[in-house]
Amino acid sequence: MKEWTFIAILLIVSAMLPTVPIMGGRLLGPRKPNEQKSSTYECGVETVGDTWVQFKVQYYIFALVFLVFDIELVFLYPWAVAYNRLPLFGVIAGVVFIITLAEALIYAWRKGALEWL
Amino acid sequence: MLNETVFLVPTSYFVILSAVLFSIGVAGVLLRRNAILIFMSVELMLNAANLAFVAFARSLLDQGGQVFVFFVMTVAAAEVAIGLALIVAIFRSKRSTDIDELNSMEG
Amino acid sequence: MNLPTLESINLAASLPVLILAGWACLLTAIDLFISPERKHWTAWLAVLGLLASGVALGFEAVAYSQRGAVSAFGDMAVVDGFALFLQGVFLLSAFLGILLALNYLPRHNIERGEYYTLLLFTTSGMMLMAMAADLIVVFLALELLSLPLYVLSGFAHPRLDSEEAAMKYFLLGAFASGFLVYGIALTYGGAGTTLLSGVVEALVGGGPAPNPVLAIVGMGLILVGLGFKVAAVPFHMWTPDVYQGAPTPVTAFMSVGAKAGGFAALLRVFLIAFPATGDTWGVVIAIIAALTMILGNVVAISQSNVKRMLAYSSIAHAGYVLVAVAAARYPEVEPLAVSAAVFYLLTYAVTNLGAFAIVIALERDDGTGVEVEDFAGLAKTRPWLAIAMTLFMLSLTGIPPSAGMVGKFFVFQAAVQASVGDPLILTVTIIGVLTSVISAFYYLRIPVMMYFRDGEGQANVQPALGVALALTALATFLLGVVPAPFLQMARHALLTLAG
Repeated sequence: MKEWTFIAILLIVSAMLPTVPIMGGRLLGPRKPNEQKSSTYECGVETVGDTWVQFKVQYYIFALVFLVFDIELVFLYPWAVAYNRLPLFGVIAGVVFIITLAEALIYAWRKGALEWL
Repeated sequence: MLNETVFLVPTSYFVILSAVLFSIGVAGVLLRRNAILIFMSVELMLNAANLAFVAFARSLLDQGGQVFVFFVMTVAAAEVAIGLALIVAIFRSKRSTDIDELNSMEG
Repeated sequence: MNLPTLESINLAASLPVLILAGWACLLTAIDLFISPERKHWTAWLAVLGLLASGVALGFEAVAYSQRGAVSAFGDMAVVDGFALFLQGVFLLSAFLGILLALNYLPRHNIERGEYYTLLLFTTSGMMLMAMAADLIVVFLALELLSLPLYVLSGFAHPRLDSEEAAMKYFLLGAFASGFLVYGIALTYGGAGTTLLSGVVEALVGGGPAPNPVLAIVGMGLILVGLGFKVAAVPFHMWTPDVYQGAPTPVTAFMSVGAKAGGFAALLRVFLIAFPATGDTWGVVIAIIAALTMILGNVVAISQSNVKRMLAYSSIAHAGYVLVAVAAARYPEVEPLAVSAAVFYLLTYAVTNLGAFAIVIALERDDGTGVEVEDFAGLAKTRPWLAIAMTLFMLSLTGIPPSAGMVGKFFVFQAAVQASVGDPLILTVTIIGVLTSVISAFYYLRIPVMMYFRDGEGQANVQPALGVALALTALATFLLGVVPAPFLQMARHALLTLAG
């Protein structure tokens, strides 16, 4: 199991990296709590009301449209890498693929999926 | 540079891991009652298959398996889009994503 | 690395599919500019696409009769008689699927152009499935077939039944594709390739097979995945709810197209895999066939909703086709069994689409009117409709003069030939005959209701629906009376399948 020793050492070191400074700070540092200091850290203004609000449905539709286009790019990457060596119809095939994606975008746009109402 | 003697993990390890992931996915689909969690379990099954594909492609020195992973990923994305759209539609009318409440038809 | 060339892709051979898929893409865009009152234009444009694809298919068929099967996409797809015959069945079903929906959609206030484009997409998936010669293509075709159908079953949104149907179909369909993909992954690992011909070589030995056991397990998972698609027991749970909840034209098309698409893949994959795995999977398929016929027919008896009854009936019919698949395990029976299976799919397609056309005629705008009692007295109010429905029910039972009888006859003929020296297939065949008799109980209840009960059977037959009804009734009758030319076509189609 020689190959696993590396992983074991890595695990130990990576566990030590965050714990040592935190424990060190807690043990060595002076502690004088007041109300301001013990409040929850918040960058920006404080939250008003419940944080468990419902997102607008529009948010999901945007996410869905994004998701599909995002993943379809998986095919464009190898196409771009092999571009120099592709025969003509390979280039055309890629272009047809992009046109299809563009059509999908037009469809989403005409159906009003891109409006933020 | 990869040191072969130290880092070579046998293909069977990957396949066993993928089988474990696949079983977790199947168990999730069968045991969970929330549509979104079932759906996540299905994705786990697909990704288990992807892992197996990549592992086999590596051991066979064949690119076919890697290409298949691309197709599975994109089809999975299309499935996600349809699935989430359906979940949103159902949630709008039922205010719930529990599949046990999908029982308006009896028989 | 060898890049594919234009010759190896052979676009001409897959022209029918390409035309249909391309037209579906175009129509999606065109439909955006058709005003909501004129959505029937989209329907006729979709029919135009089907026609163009049909013409291309005709040319393919002529070319096939001259030069035999050709491969496309670098051996990943093959255009042979099996593919051409089933593609014809799919185009016909899609055409009827459009006719059924033409008046139904506006009546139910769900007329959207997407119905027609999605129908074209799923049809092109089915056609691709028929030509698949590589597991990657099987997977892609299956998804292209299924994804539009998930949306179509939820097409009556915001009607809750329809949304529920879509959700159930989607979750179980995605679950099934998970099995299919994992099965393909294991097969790939075991055989070293996803080409079906390569898998055969690896399985029967001789090829570079790292692990045949892995491939055999993979085949089992593929069987599970495809079993869901064709609604075979024990993977049938989704069928009744989905068939009942989905809009009726979608149910009609789904019961025919998705099933035939699933069987196209099942036949391709398992016929090729049988020489090596017949001892394991041939036996399993025979047992599944028996269970499917028993459960489908027995549970159908207690159904009062006609859509639900036809759902169980469609489970039962999957069982009969599976009998033919199981019989195809023996090389000497294979041509007969496969042609029986595809012929059965054709007869089931026309009969079932016809039966659903009548359900659509009876269905009221609020989705009711599809109980067995609603057929009472139909013979007096609408005699022709009653005659057509009787014909369809006879055909589903397998009583002459109807297509269903001929289909069943050929399936059982193949099964009897295969049962020589195989008691399991013999048992399954006997179960098939017995369950056919049982099925008469629930199918013939409808003619009895129409002719011998009083009631004011209401029906609403609009022109397009009437055309669909006339076509299916005529086809059901003709296939039952003069089946020889069609069967000849199916036989001829099959000569080159095993390659």
